[in-house]
Amino acid sequence: MIPIDQILIQAINGIVSGMILALVASGLTLIFGIMDVVNFAHGELFMLGAYMGVITLATTGNFWLALLLACLIIGLLGAALQVVALRPLLGRDPLTTILATFGISLVLQNYALWQFGPVARKIQEPFTGHFRLFHLDYPYYRIVIAVLSAAIIGGLYLFMKYGKYGIWIRATTQDRVMASAMGIPVPWVHTAVFAIGAAMAAASGVLFGPLVGVNHAMGLDLILRAFIVVVVGGMGNLGGSILAAIFISLLEAFASIWVSPAQAVIVSFVVLILTLLIRPTGLFVPTPK
Amino acid sequence: MLSLEGVHSHYGKSHILHGVSIRVERGEVVGLLGRNGVGKSTTLKTIMGLVRPSEGRITFEGRDITGQAPHRLARIGLGYVPEDRRIFRLLTVLENLRTGLDRPDVAEARRTELLEKVYASFPVLRERRNQAGGTLSGGEQQMLAIARAMMLEPKIVLLDEPTEGLMPRMVSQIREIINVLHRDGVAILLVEQNVPMTLEVCDRVYIMEKGTVRHHGPAAELRRNPAIVHQYLGV
Amino acid sequence: MTAPAGSAAAPARAGRGGAPILRTEGLTVRFGGLTALSNVDISVQPGEIRAIIGPNGAGKSTFFNCVTGVLRPTSGRIVFDGRDIAGLPPDQISRLGIARSYQITNILPGATVLENVRVAAQSRHHNWSLLRHHLAYTDVLDRAREVLASVGLVDKEDELAANLSHGEQRTLEIAIALATEPKLLCLDEPTAGMSVGETHATVELVRRIAANLTILIVEHDMEVVMGLGRTITVLHYGEVLAEGTPADIQANTRVQEVYLKT
Repeated sequence: MIPIDQILIQAINGIVSGMILALVASGLTLIFGIMDVVNFAHGELFMLGAYMGVITLATTGNFWLALLLACLIIGLLGAALQVVALRPLLGRDPLTTILATFGISLVLQNYALWQFGPVARKIQEPFTGHFRLFHLDYPYYRIVIAVLSAAIIGGLYLFMKYGKYGIWIRATTQDRVMASAMGIPVPWVHTAVFAIGAAMAAASGVLFGPLVGVNHAMGLDLILRAFIVVVVGGMGNLGGSILAAIFISLLEAFASIWVSPAQAVIVSFVVLILTLLIRPTGLFVPTPK
Repeated sequence: MLSLEGVHSHYGKSHILHGVSIRVERGEVVGLLGRNGVGKSTTLKTIMGLVRPSEGRITFEGRDITGQAPHRLARIGLGYVPEDRRIFRLLTVLENLRTGLDRPDVAEARRTELLEKVYASFPVLRERRNQAGGTLSGGEQQMLAIARAMMLEPKIVLLDEPTEGLMPRMVSQIREIINVLHRDGVAILLVEQNVPMTLEVCDRVYIMEKGTVRHHGPAAELRRNPAIVHQYLGV
Repeated sequence: MTAPAGSAAAPARAGRGGAPILRTEGLTVRFGGLTALSNVDISVQPGEIRAIIGPNGAGKSTFFNCVTGVLRPTSGRIVFDGRDIAGLPPDQISRLGIARSYQITNILPGATVLENVRVAAQSRHHNWSLLRHHLAYTDVLDRAREVLASVGLVDKEDELAANLSHGEQRTLEIAIALATEPKLLCLDEPTAGMSVGETHATVELVRRIAANLTILIVEHDMEVVMGLGRTITVLHYGEVLAEGTPADIQANTRVQEVYLKT
């Protein structure tokens, strides 16, 4: 007997968590695509974004303002980190940037633990309210998360395609040497993209905050999934990572109808392994010519 | 206007330039000839900051530009057209041009003017302006690479083997473009292996071998005396 | 006097007629729509120094890659020492007696000069035993030192390869190739990036080692080519354009045209 109602509920759950994942993963893939940096600190930017959300919410009382402020603050933090820790490493062995971002991730995690303590914080969702979905009361907020994430990613896409600086980012991603020879200030484009990625991770953190507790380790679980998404979607491929995020989240959501969510994670890894075996450049990437 | 003094460059340990000294004056067309592997491309890359010299000095309009970042050099008047064109394949023709056109100190009206001017010189680019750069033919990509550099309104253009791999018909188009740039007062440092075309368009020519300049003189002299060219470029 | 067909140990003899040590028949390489080599017939006698030249894109690297097993030809034969080697993997080709030096130096920077050469030398001797100490293989070490002496690097044997000058590194590459006891040595632009002095030293070295070897050399430096090559093959757009002594080639107007693009 096929549990249609469960499948539909999980489909929606899958899309919601997929959009959050997409928001985080697109920042990650953007950063890798333009400067070949594997940002192991991305999960911590997500986590600090959530904590910033806690603080700014407490100060301003307005969820949306808190969201905006958290993005700005973490965006600036990302820019500062890139300038101080990553720019000097440009051109060196990629292993050094991996170590650097890994180090930053450890520093940020422990900073959060020290600053905020081990007890999880809560972000209040901006509105409660549910609609009836089969036998469940499904919160509107979850739908809003998905829509907002889509809007942010959509905004990024439009900026990249039509914005003047979007051309700079795309040119630098394709050929950073020639971009430089055309007068594009490549070091600053790198900083800006890192900041954008950080801000997107922060937005994700604030949006996701009300669904789980905000704690210093919340980035760890997410970053693993985010990397899987980036590989499956094709490293540096924005559209691919969004499709991959939704695809993997849907599969996991469906799997958890029959097994526990902890076991459903196996699905992600299976997809990762299959991708690497069959189509390592990315499942959702057109065959390289 | 542009001068190199005793420039040495390496690729890793490979010592490519062994003390290169070259001059290009305002509005001149200067040729750089030599066989494969003598360091012609490396000379242009070193000027444009893509390769950092280990020794020597490069000055432009009196300022020392040795080892400066390429994006700064593009902003002060150096345009670069590399050997393999290197247009942005996933950007449209117009977007390629805009990478050079969108500069803060350029008014909207001037930008339209520049764009129109380049479309007039390269009508095929106007036709294909919304097509992705990677879909253009080799000759069209070469046109785009040169047009893109012209968007910077450079005082000097570094042209690396623009005629390589092009059909004879396109070669004469390139020659035409060089003449247009020259008429506009833009200086050109032309690296080439195509000797006849180079001797035709250039005022002066340097000939390189094994990382140094071995001969230097007016193009007219080399036209009269082909033996020198044979010695350094023939077998 | 010809070596019997299929013999694996034809001795190198300078300048004699008879069976070529390397012969290609109709060698063709196509990459999709692009023809890199077209029907190339080249014949190299044992003990020759053969220079391969040609303008950009002529197919020189592609030719080398076919001979050394890096590339599989689309059609045609490559016969080395009586044996068809087209399409064989590089390690087999190395064991059959073809060695190659590369344009980008392929040495082990973290190992000493002696170790670099020893690794190559031991490929020709012994199966390895887990229990014997590497210094116990004295014959391999002796052979390595012999090779270093022949290239003039023996007093740097304990120097880390990364600390050598560029010219010395290229020489080390040649030594590594020599240590595999090749019958045919392929040198890929050996003087690229060298100063005039280093170039002359390399030319001298190649002359010295040519005594017991057949050498194929790709070069752009005309002085090197004209000085070394007794026979020169000119490639152009994947085809053999001309072949002959340096004097023949210099007198060939078609070759001059191609180089000067007249």
